[in-house]
This record gives sequence, C-alpha cells and structure tokens, in this order.
Amino acid sequence: MKLAFDILTVFFVSCGAFFFLAGTVGLLRFPDSLTRLHALTKVDNLGLGLVVLGLLPQASGLFAALKLVSIWLLVQLSGAIVTQLIAGTVRQNGPDG
Amino acid sequence: MTISSAFDVGLVVLILAVGAATIAMREAFAAVIGYVVYGLLLAMAWVRLAAVDVALTEAAIGGGMTGMLMLGAVARLRLAEGNDIRTSLPVRLAAGVLCVLVTAGVAVAILSPPKTIPTLAPMVMENLAQSGLGNPVAGVLFVYRALDTLLEKVVLILALLGVWSLAPDSVWGGIPGLRVYARPGSTLTFLAQLLPPVGIVVAVYMCWVGAKEPGGAFQGGTVLAAMWLLVMIAGLTSVPSIGERWLRRLLVVGPVIFLGIGLAGMVLANAFLAYPPGYAKPLIVAVEVALTLSIGAALGLLAAGPPERV
Repeated sequence: MKLAFDILTVFFVSCGAFFFLAGTVGLLRFPDSLTRLHALTKVDNLGLGLVVLGLLPQASGLFAALKLVSIWLLVQLSGAIVTQLIAGTVRQNGPDG
Repeated sequence: MTISSAFDVGLVVLILAVGAATIAMREAFAAVIGYVVYGLLLAMAWVRLAAVDVALTEAAIGGGMTGMLMLGAVARLRLAEGNDIRTSLPVRLAAGVLCVLVTAGVAVAILSPPKTIPTLAPMVMENLAQSGLGNPVAGVLFVYRALDTLLEKVVLILALLGVWSLAPDSVWGGIPGLRVYARPGSTLTFLAQLLPPVGIVVAVYMCWVGAKEPGGAFQGGTVLAAMWLLVMIAGLTSVPSIGERWLRRLLVVGPVIFLGIGLAGMVLANAFLAYPPGYAKPLIVAVEVALTLSIGAALGLLAAGPPERV
C-alpha cells in the first residue's frame, strides 16, 4: 500500500514539475505579455494542482490534506485574478503598461 | 551528496544570484520585484534551517509588506520623474564605502565564529513549561525578551508617525494617498469580496496557534493588514483619515495592554513585564490578540502612506 502511494506521488509530482518546466519555457520564449501570461496560468492551475495531488497520499491525516487542497485553491484564485488584472492593464495601456 | 543537500546548495546559489541581480538591476520596478523574490527564497532557506517562525515573518514582512512599500515608492518616483535629481559622485562613493564596510563586518562575524557558540536555548527549553507555552519562539518573545518585543511594537508606531509627518501641514489628520482602483464588477472587486473572510480566519489562526506552534501576532497582523489594504484598494471601503478616534485607539491598544500587563507585573510578580505564576499563558494570548490588531492597523497605514487630502 505504501509503495503504491509512493508511486502515485512520484508520478503526479513529476507531471506537475513538467508543467512548471513547460510554463517557465513559455514565459521565457513567448513573444508578448498576453501569451506569457497564458503560459504562467497553466503552471498555477495544472502544475501546482498535480503537485498537490501527488502530495495528498503523503499527508498526515485529513486536516493536512485539506490544508494542501486549500493552498492550491487560494493560489488558483489569486493567480487567475492577478492574470486578469495584468492582462486588463496590457490591453488598456499597451505592453509597456 | 544527498538530494536535500543538493537542494540546499541550489537554493543558496539561487539566493545569491537573485540578490546580485537585484543590486545590478538598473530599473527600480524590476529591482523591487527581484527583492520580493529574494525575500520568498530567503523564507524557504529559513524553513530549511527549521526556523519556521522566521520564515513566516520573512515571507510576510520581507517579501510581502516591504515589497508593497517599495512598489509604492517606485510609483511615487515615477510621478516625480520630471525633477529627477542625480546624486553627486561623493555621495555615491560614500554610500559604496559604507556598504563595503557593513559587508566586511558581517563577513568577519560569520566567517570567524567563536569555538563554543554562546546559547541560552537549553535553558529556554528547560523552563518553557512554566509559561504554559509550547512554542519556544513565543516563549522568548513574550517571557524572556518581553521588553524587546514591547519596544519593537512601539518602534512600529514611531515609523508610522515618521511616514505621517511627511504630510504638509494643511492635510494633517487627512486621508492617506493610497491609490484606489474602484471599478465595480472588476475581478479585483471579486477578489476583495471573496478573500478577506478567508484571510481573517487565517490571521486569527496564526495569532492563536502562535502560543503552541510557529505563528504569532506579527504574522497574523500582516495578513490582517493585507486584507484591509485589498478591500481599500478595490474601493469597497473608504480609506480612513488618520485623525479618526477608532484608528488611533486601534494603533495603541496592543502596546498599551502589553505595557499595562507589564506594569501590573511589578505589583503581582515583583518585576516589570513578569507574569503572575499560573496566569502567564492567558495574559500572553491577550497581549498577542491586541498586538495583532495594532500591528495590522499600523502596517496597513504604513502602506497607505502619508495623508494627501482632507
């Protein structure tokens, strides 16, 4: 059982790390602010989500697991809203803000 | 090399690189962003050193609050860009020499540590149970070094007075010049409606848990200040004028209760800032609650800046 949990953790955290890597490459390589934001939101939502999913089997009880999930939800909320705000500013004032 | 020591080395290299990049940055805005990242990385380093209390404070104050204060400063500098005054060469040279001296002093202190490091930690751990607290950091802050903690809170209020005194006489007691982005129906409004209930619960939790586990008044107060600022920036509540009675009372309630309990200790426990036996924990929790409110108000007003209109 322990082994199965560990395999799940390694699998999902690796998937999450892949999204972080892809998001970072996108941030560095994409041509303008809006596409770069697009790359970053994938990191926030999917990357962190997969890392949290991978860490859930290692959590020491229901309360710790709920804390992990709420961290993911809070980061998703703030990430999505900050992205909206930055994108709004870019549309209004041009890429140099 | 194990995985964790490889991680530590990577973290140290990253901190040094971000620190150097922050100094080398020519543009103020980019430098502030670098500084915030530096603060968050430092918080991770403190976690690796098992100093979670320091990590929380570093992330909240070093990364969050100071970053916000400096972003405000950058915005003001941009507004004042027209009358740009370049510092003269002697001033820049003097600043450079002072920086080198400080760096050399810190380097000497770190590179030549004493053979046996003087520590009071074992004594703290031995006597911690008497206070009823579980978190040794809270024990040091509120039992052994209570005077330092009290003065630290007073310094915070003095800093706020320093910011307020930048206001011209005509607007003294007026409303701080916090930039407000009130666009009804925007995502910022949504965030400012959704996040504060969560943030307030987190702040209460941090303040309460500080007696047993990492956390405490400063961390909780910072979260409260952030929530207050969010609601004010989104225009959901107006920025209060600094002359408001309730605001002044909120600012001093923490230090006043701390001082009052300290003075009562002279009668009840034979020493200033001593607690009568058996009552240490409830008294400390009461002080922490009041301090959380005062710190939240003080940090929020520090970020809001000096008054600009009546």
